[in-house]
Amino acid sequence: MTVLAITEHRRGDVRDVSYELVTAGRELADDLGTDLELAVIGGDVEGFAEDVNRDGVDTIYTVDEGEEFNHGVYTQAIEQLAAEVEPTALLMPNSVNGLDYAPAVAEGLDLPLVTDVVDFETNGNLEVTREQYGGKVETTYDIDADDYALTIRPAEWPKAEAAGDAAVEAFDADIDEGALGTTVNGFEEVGGGDVDITEADVLVSIGRGIDEEENLPLVEELADTLGATLSSSRPIVDNGWLPKNRQVGQSGKVVTPDVYIAIGISGAVQHVAGMKGADTIVAINTDPNAPIYDIADYGIVDDLFEVVPELIEEFGGEAPDL
Amino acid sequence: MKILVTVKEVAEVDDEFQISGLDIDEGSLEYDLNEWDDYAVEEAVQISEENDDVEVVTVTIGPERAEETVRMALAKGADRALRVWDDSLENAQFLDVESKADILAAVVEEEDPDFVLTGVQAGDDANGATGVALADRIGFEWAAVVNALDLDIEAGVASVHRELEGGIEELTDVELPSVLTIQTGINEPRYASLRGIRQAQRKPLDVHTLDDLGLDDSVVESPVERTSMYEPESEGDATLWEGSAEETAGELATFLRDKGVVEG
Ligand SMILES: Cc1cc2nc3c(=O)[nH]c(=O)nc-3n(C[C@H](O)[C@H](O)[C@H](O)COP(=O)(O)OP(=O)(O)OC[C@H]3O[C@@H](n4cnc5c(N)ncnc54)[C@H](O)[C@@H]3O)c2cc1C
Ligand SMILES: Nc1ncnc2c1ncn2[C@@H]1O[C@H](COP(=O)(O)O)[C@@H](O)[C@H]1O
Repeated sequence: MTVLAITEHRRGDVRDVSYELVTAGRELADDLGTDLELAVIGGDVEGFAEDVNRDGVDTIYTVDEGEEFNHGVYTQAIEQLAAEVEPTALLMPNSVNGLDYAPAVAEGLDLPLVTDVVDFETNGNLEVTREQYGGKVETTYDIDADDYALTIRPAEWPKAEAAGDAAVEAFDADIDEGALGTTVNGFEEVGGGDVDITEADVLVSIGRGIDEEENLPLVEELADTLGATLSSSRPIVDNGWLPKNRQVGQSGKVVTPDVYIAIGISGAVQHVAGMKGADTIVAINTDPNAPIYDIADYGIVDDLFEVVPELIEEFGGEAPDL
Repeated sequence: MKILVTVKEVAEVDDEFQISGLDIDEGSLEYDLNEWDDYAVEEAVQISEENDDVEVVTVTIGPERAEETVRMALAKGADRALRVWDDSLENAQFLDVESKADILAAVVEEEDPDFVLTGVQAGDDANGATGVALADRIGFEWAAVVNALDLDIEAGVASVHRELEGGIEELTDVELPSVLTIQTGINEPRYASLRGIRQAQRKPLDVHTLDDLGLDDSVVESPVERTSMYEPESEGDATLWEGSAEETAGELATFLRDKGVVEG
């Protein structure tokens, strides 16, 4: 019986979620009265094992196979390791790579899977909490099984900081190269260009509430009037209304301005990942239940098409006719 | 070549809503085609337009109401549709990832596609897991969170970009047959034309029960049970400015001036 957590790294660095997994994993291991064990798969496994050797970890298994993430290697290695250590709980990150292997591992090991978990509690069984309907509600689920797999939401648990003294053991996985049906050929960086929204002190950020491309001049004018920089949530970029380098969030940029004015943005977790570090967050959104209000410092629950023109005028600008 | 696209009718919640029991009250919900699946349908239709002899079949697990959503996919160019539903699905508390993967696997067995496209996630449940679970279940290769796709049918390889965090994309070759989970922004989903909507009415939309698929009720059983749904306590303590737009804009202006971030 143990809690087994799978760490994550990319291009030579351990990713933050690995340290969060240590915190969450220790919490769960304490609840269950078991050990916390980690797996480090691929890349500089010795170095990564040293990095994740934080307080609360009992054992770290290193699997020295490949450089970067390959889901075939991960799936095979984790299934073999699980067969050996027989984890009660298999913890994986709800990262993009987690999405690429966790469901396959759960399916392969025939474990029930709950993804994007934000909290858990033991009460005989394990009860987990997750969000639904775009973060408007939380739901709890009771897992009536001896063993189970969970993916945990990034940035939900604090990173484990204190050094630990876990035993590091090499695990000799038997990877069937012939069964690897994907080849990772490299990486590409996107979102470059002339504007760097991470440098801005004030961001006027627009979301799907703007409704149509024809309405964009309204927020462009606001940004101009305030001497601010325009950024956006993902759908605006997906629609091709603004270039990729304006996108705030998990797959865009992480910004930390003095003031972030979120206009017509609901505050989905992947958006919030990119802006929760802003000093002051102001939300303008018609929906009082929008999750953006959970992290906003100030808010105006009103129609942006009413408020933004008034704001432009306050600063002597002229709102465009839409 | 046959492409199977999984589509889900997702529920969107009104600004004001009620929870009744373990779910949001029907009256507070509106339904639409899942955003991610809209991109998956478009990707499949584009492949069928660019290549000869490509059939696009969509499948949904959902009640009769979901046919509206499915017709949407047909109107955008899918050739035919399947809907899986029966009493045991209707009575299930909810369908976990494993149940959905099992049901979709039975559809794959029946349809024998070369390529399966799903969305990265369903906007309402946000499991983000069904496509990859399905791939493992049916022994297909896969790639999750695909935001660019170049398909070489001859060579049997899909060259994809996987959108990782922080503006990094992974360039990966995936052997066919495979399941790809499609990310928004990969293409520009078309609007259904009037002609498309008319044609969609005549396209086949078959309903299968679990029994038709050779499955029994046990497929909906799950060790995972929903025990509560509630509105989260607001973690924040946002100051809400109230009044007319002029008044609230004035408050915000004062704040911005006081903070010294904006002059004038
Ligand atoms: C793997 C992955 C990565 C992702 N990466 C990112 C990312 O980097 N960045 C990102 O932003 N998203 C990302 N997303 C998408 C994310 O899940 C949400 O879909 C997205 O953030 C929603 O954008 P939005 O808030 O603009 O739109 P919506 O969620 O549709 O919200 C629109 C808001 O506007 C409000 N509104 C409507 N009309 C008005 C009006 N007239 N006045 C005022 N308010 C109005 C509504 O009440 C609503 O709250 C990612 C998703 C996945 C699965
Ligand atoms: N009930 C369903 N019927 C058909 N496809 C589904 C269903 N639920 C999920 N899917 C597919 O799986 C994807 C991911 O959903 P999920 O794993 O639930 O977040 C969706 O984008 C759909 O393509």
